[in-house]
Amino acid sequence: MAEITYLEAIRQALFDEMERDPNVFCIGEDIGKFGGAFKVTEGLEAKFGEARVIDSPISEIGIVGAAAGAAHMGLRPVVEMQFIDFIANAYDILTNYVATARYRAFLPCPMVVRGPSGGYVRGGPFHSQNPEAGFIHTPGLKVVYPSTAEDAYGLMKAAIRDEDCVLFFEHKYLYRRVKGTLPSGDGVVPIGKARTAREGKDLSILTYAAATWKALEAAEQLEREDGLSVEVIDLRSLAPLDDEAILASVRKTSRALVVHEDTRTGGIAGEITARINESCFSWLDAPVMRVTAHDIPLPYAPQLEDFVLPQSSDVVRAARWVAAY
Amino acid sequence: MASKGPTTGGRGSKAGGKTGTAAPKAGAASRTAATPRPSDRLTREQKLELYHWMRLTRTLEERLVALYRQTKVVGGLFRSLGQEADAVGSCFALERRDIMSPLIRNMGAMLVKGATPLEILRQYMAKGDSPTRGRELNIHFGDLDRGFIGQISPLGDMVPVMAGVTLSFRMRGEDRVGLVYVGDGATSTGAFHEGINLAAVQRCPLVVIVESNQYAYSTPTHKQTAAKQMIDKAAGYGVPGLQADGNDVLAVYDATKTAVDYARAGHGVTLVELVTYRRKGHAEHDNQSYVPEGEVDWWAANNDPIDRYHARLRSEFAFTVADLDAVDQRVRREVDAATELAEQSPQPEPLDALDGVYADPPREEPLWFREGTRSAVERNERAEGWGTWNAKPEAQR
Repeated sequence: MAEITYLEAIRQALFDEMERDPNVFCIGEDIGKFGGAFKVTEGLEAKFGEARVIDSPISEIGIVGAAAGAAHMGLRPVVEMQFIDFIANAYDILTNYVATARYRAFLPCPMVVRGPSGGYVRGGPFHSQNPEAGFIHTPGLKVVYPSTAEDAYGLMKAAIRDEDCVLFFEHKYLYRRVKGTLPSGDGVVPIGKARTAREGKDLSILTYAAATWKALEAAEQLEREDGLSVEVIDLRSLAPLDDEAILASVRKTSRALVVHEDTRTGGIAGEITARINESCFSWLDAPVMRVTAHDIPLPYAPQLEDFVLPQSSDVVRAARWVAAY
Repeated sequence: MASKGPTTGGRGSKAGGKTGTAAPKAGAASRTAATPRPSDRLTREQKLELYHWMRLTRTLEERLVALYRQTKVVGGLFRSLGQEADAVGSCFALERRDIMSPLIRNMGAMLVKGATPLEILRQYMAKGDSPTRGRELNIHFGDLDRGFIGQISPLGDMVPVMAGVTLSFRMRGEDRVGLVYVGDGATSTGAFHEGINLAAVQRCPLVVIVESNQYAYSTPTHKQTAAKQMIDKAAGYGVPGLQADGNDVLAVYDATKTAVDYARAGHGVTLVELVTYRRKGHAEHDNQSYVPEGEVDWWAANNDPIDRYHARLRSEFAFTVADLDAVDQRVRREVDAATELAEQSPQPEPLDALDGVYADPPREEPLWFREGTRSAVERNERAEGWGTWNAKPEAQR
């Protein structure tokens, strides 16, 4: 099959699932004729009609709430956040209503909330955030964040078929930069399973989304310049986390570096570090270290954004420190 | 004394929205003798049934007060005293297949929809066999089969959820209507606005009931909104607004039935304002110190919805005192029996707290409690193998 981009993979998954299941519908701002701000939903309305590709008012609470109500009644809504930054508007209804629906009221909430997230694209403070950590802290929500086109396709299918609410983070830096080949079969990638992006034996880098590519760049450089064999684990699913994969890798290499683009304090790296300490402390030969963004809102100017976000050079420096400990 | 009587009851309807559609007119609105009210079509049995549901609401809540004082109610107790007509009359306008989402003061609506006194008692007492198995409080429970969805505490959130429920009716071509209750306080939230706006744009078959009971916790309506009345907001969404005297159960039924019929006919959303009064505090612990002296007494003496309907059933519909007493006694027996059963109900099992967060079965015990220990030999072998780059760390980045 021909290569397609990460963005096209998401669109293809939406297309395939809408075709497969008449209960699947999309709702979001400007997703109809216009095809969405990034054109992820382009062509869907022409194919499935405006009843199944619903242009909504500017209403993150409204569309997430409506998706929940429709999901209770057996539909499978896919909500687009025009930028994932705007999910903050829907934080209440996602955490208080959607996340608790099954537990407190036995109401199924099979829905997907998807949207472009992440930086490296000079988007400034409101078009570059990574708000995943706040939702991972909420029992009842699942969170996925793919780094490859294949995973974007397979995880979107899994998310739509999942019986619970899945937050699907798409990295806008990867939309058109990353390409892959879709499998001939179903291609579903199970939620909750990490992927070994690169095998290694000296050091584990645990990461996800665009940072996976920064980590892979760093791993190559470390091998070339230091002779270090670095394993890169692409988590893909952030809730639930693949504990087995994380711990197996750390037990193999005895050194761990957690890399993410989100800010440092309260980020997922802290949680992963704690789990490693709790489960395989005696395997560790060095403290678990983190490479993350600085704890500040993301600035706009290239010089500032590049400084604030983790770069592969930051990963190289931290990996050398951990390896040499 | 703040002799604040209902300012409505005959003020009539305001139709916003598109011209040319059959905008609903309240039954009470500028009616001529030739225009029948929906309630005119209610049978004698149905008229008595309305009385039954209101009486059951009050009797059950009075029983809950007794249990609360015996500390058998876990958590707070929220009364709908004085608002029984608005809950019962509005929900009575729904068909069995319709779905509604209640508020804390809509126990009466839930009873009409099929919730039982036993369920409500068990729920308030946090029993293991309560509808939510001890996970949620008071009347926060639902049952899609009987057509009600449990509310949550953040106000206004049920409006977008019910927009989605009714969107599903429209998408599947189902002949069903949704009804969502909010208070005057919830109309201040973004969720209320976003939900009703989305439902209006999508022409969802939704009835939004705003219960103007004059207080949101301690905040009077004039501090909640500068709008003179809640139906004024309807025009902003391009939907019709209907206002009714919330303490007149038949007027409530008429307004709601009109809105329900309008939704079922495919015209979309109606905002129905029911003007009423909350005679108790937000919950039993609230002593209502913020209420002007005499205000509650005025409503109790002059505008009790059950007293009013009782009188009307006798004078207008020729029921006897014995007819109505029979209902009262039947209700009391029902509540007695339910109380006895609820008191015998088991407490929840602590371990039951763990399951059901996701559709997937819960994972086994967390991995981090199943740690093994790496042997000292293995550690040493590993350390010797580090080779050339095992230097002391430089400063971190």
